[in-house]
Amino acid sequence: MRPCGTFDIGYAQDMAIVRTRLQWVMWMGFLVFLFSLPAYCSESLLTVIYTIAVSVVAVFGLYILTGLCGQLSVGHAAFIGVGAFTTGILASKFGWPFWAAIPCAGLSAGIGGVVFGLPSLRIKGFYLAMATLAAQFIIMWIIRYPAKSLTGGPGGLTVPYASLGNIIFDNPRSLYYLIMLVTVIMGLSAKNISRTRPGRAFIAIRDNDLAAEVMGINLVYYKLLAFFLGCFYAGVAGSLWAYYMIFINPFQFSLDKSVWYVGMLIVGGMGSATGAIFGTITLLGLGEILTVATPAISRVFPDIADTLFTAGTKVLFGVIIVLFLIFEPRGISHRWEIFKASYRLHPYTY
Amino acid sequence: MTILIQVAVNGIMVGGLYALIALGVVLIYKSCSIFNFAQGALLMIGAYFCWQLLVRFGLPLWLSFIGTIGFATIMGLIIERFCLRPLIGQPILSAVMLTLALGYAIDGIVLLVWGGTEQLFPVFPRTPIVLGNISLSQEYLWSFVIALILFGVIAAFFRFTMSGLQMRAVAEDHQVARSLGVKVTQVFAQTWVMAAIVAAIGGILLGSLQGISTTMSMDGLTAFPVVLLGGLESTLGAIVAGPLIGLIENLGALYLDPIVGGGIKQVAPFVVMLVVLIVKPFGLFGQKRIERI
Repeated sequence: MRPCGTFDIGYAQDMAIVRTRLQWVMWMGFLVFLFSLPAYCSESLLTVIYTIAVSVVAVFGLYILTGLCGQLSVGHAAFIGVGAFTTGILASKFGWPFWAAIPCAGLSAGIGGVVFGLPSLRIKGFYLAMATLAAQFIIMWIIRYPAKSLTGGPGGLTVPYASLGNIIFDNPRSLYYLIMLVTVIMGLSAKNISRTRPGRAFIAIRDNDLAAEVMGINLVYYKLLAFFLGCFYAGVAGSLWAYYMIFINPFQFSLDKSVWYVGMLIVGGMGSATGAIFGTITLLGLGEILTVATPAISRVFPDIADTLFTAGTKVLFGVIIVLFLIFEPRGISHRWEIFKASYRLHPYTY
Repeated sequence: MTILIQVAVNGIMVGGLYALIALGVVLIYKSCSIFNFAQGALLMIGAYFCWQLLVRFGLPLWLSFIGTIGFATIMGLIIERFCLRPLIGQPILSAVMLTLALGYAIDGIVLLVWGGTEQLFPVFPRTPIVLGNISLSQEYLWSFVIALILFGVIAAFFRFTMSGLQMRAVAEDHQVARSLGVKVTQVFAQTWVMAAIVAAIGGILLGSLQGISTTMSMDGLTAFPVVLLGGLESTLGAIVAGPLIGLIENLGALYLDPIVGGGIKQVAPFVVMLVVLIVKPFGLFGQKRIERI
């Protein structure tokens, strides 16, 4: 819905992501706000923000794979793990700088994604979800046992801090800039994908794959491309994860993480990049609130103090995802669209 | 050779349990076409509830068993009415995600109520039966027998009772079933109750074998390869594929673990599942549907 008096007078304008001057101003304002945060925020708040940003990158990948192309993946955490361990190995054993390790982590996860995306040529829907579930277990097993000499097995791996010349990204403020820069770049390209040829092809495949094939879309190529891109994002997220966690082990990339990532996409709304951001902020924000509230609740119920956080996260996330699936399957981004339409039309109703 | 036979026998016995878990999944898929990822969690909450009645409240076994069945019935009804029924007509992805999220929510509830410590849960006699060189642990044998009996009961239920027939009709076609006077929603509710009861029994058996802990819902995951190998709609498939998967993972662990360094037992079922998905997605006994991609 456009505000009154805004018209497109050319194809370029019709395709544009940012349409009006006001939107440009707001975007720039937002970016300035985002990158000026370290100047006046506490370090713990910055940590929370960049933790969410890393998950946002991962969910962007899922948005391309599941939201645009309709290929459900419940093994996303495993591909994040591939990215994290690639970074870990490249940085700690070969001393690669971060600007080379991050793309390589993306590439290795992307290639892994293509391998496990191969079944998508033969099966779809629920069966494909099972194949990605298998991917989750098989990848984690490879990291834990056969590749033990490289990855450190269940013991994990210590990653050196990212550094650029004299700058070492070892404190929340500098890490914030590194992670935010990557997140913004990845976010803009994720937003951009939906209006390119591959993006349109993904949407066509999601809506009806037979019809898409009839229209001349090469299903094999585009499905695998979706897997490659989705897992590339996962790999980049994993790489960032490795740089801020510093210590990585296979247990950080378990099945429940995979489920939560899909959950974030659902809570935010499947078919929109903005939704991916909304969903991640909602779920992880609630998780943070739980972290803060845990000591207070454990004082009231001391019996459950030691399991409260793990169990609480499961119950909270599980229940929220269930509620969204039942009451608002189109997610927060749908509500956001309704809100935007209403203020653009104000004071009229249509 | 003795080791080989011993490992194989153990595998088949554990497989009986997998078959039992898979049976619950197949039951639901047969009539609702929903794959229940929460089966492992249902299993766990059933086991914990029975343990609560038996050990903490000190009730006799038969009474706590009946109590658990009652609890499972209520659980099944609640899940069907409040979670799955609103999703009728929604895309498959919603149902998959819903059962996954529900499973984790139940996991969390169990962890909150009963804590994370592992508990012993003795139901069966522990002395093993020795046949020649092979020892058969009695509790595995018991659970295998119970799995077979349950399979027989369910097969008979589908063949000889009116509600079984109704379930098959609903599985075939909702609209036809409706026009013949079958209440589809009621059948769904019955199915979930049955699946929850099967899960609870499976949970009691599994708990009596290895103690109850919060990793039980992960054991439930092993049922998925079993279901896919056997075929989604086939109870016979579940009963055949269960021991098969048990055999594969135990033999794999025996021969391959020294080579790759371990973990075969956990990963082998999923490798089998991936192969099945690529080669023969409808499984050994499933209905062959033509699904062009």
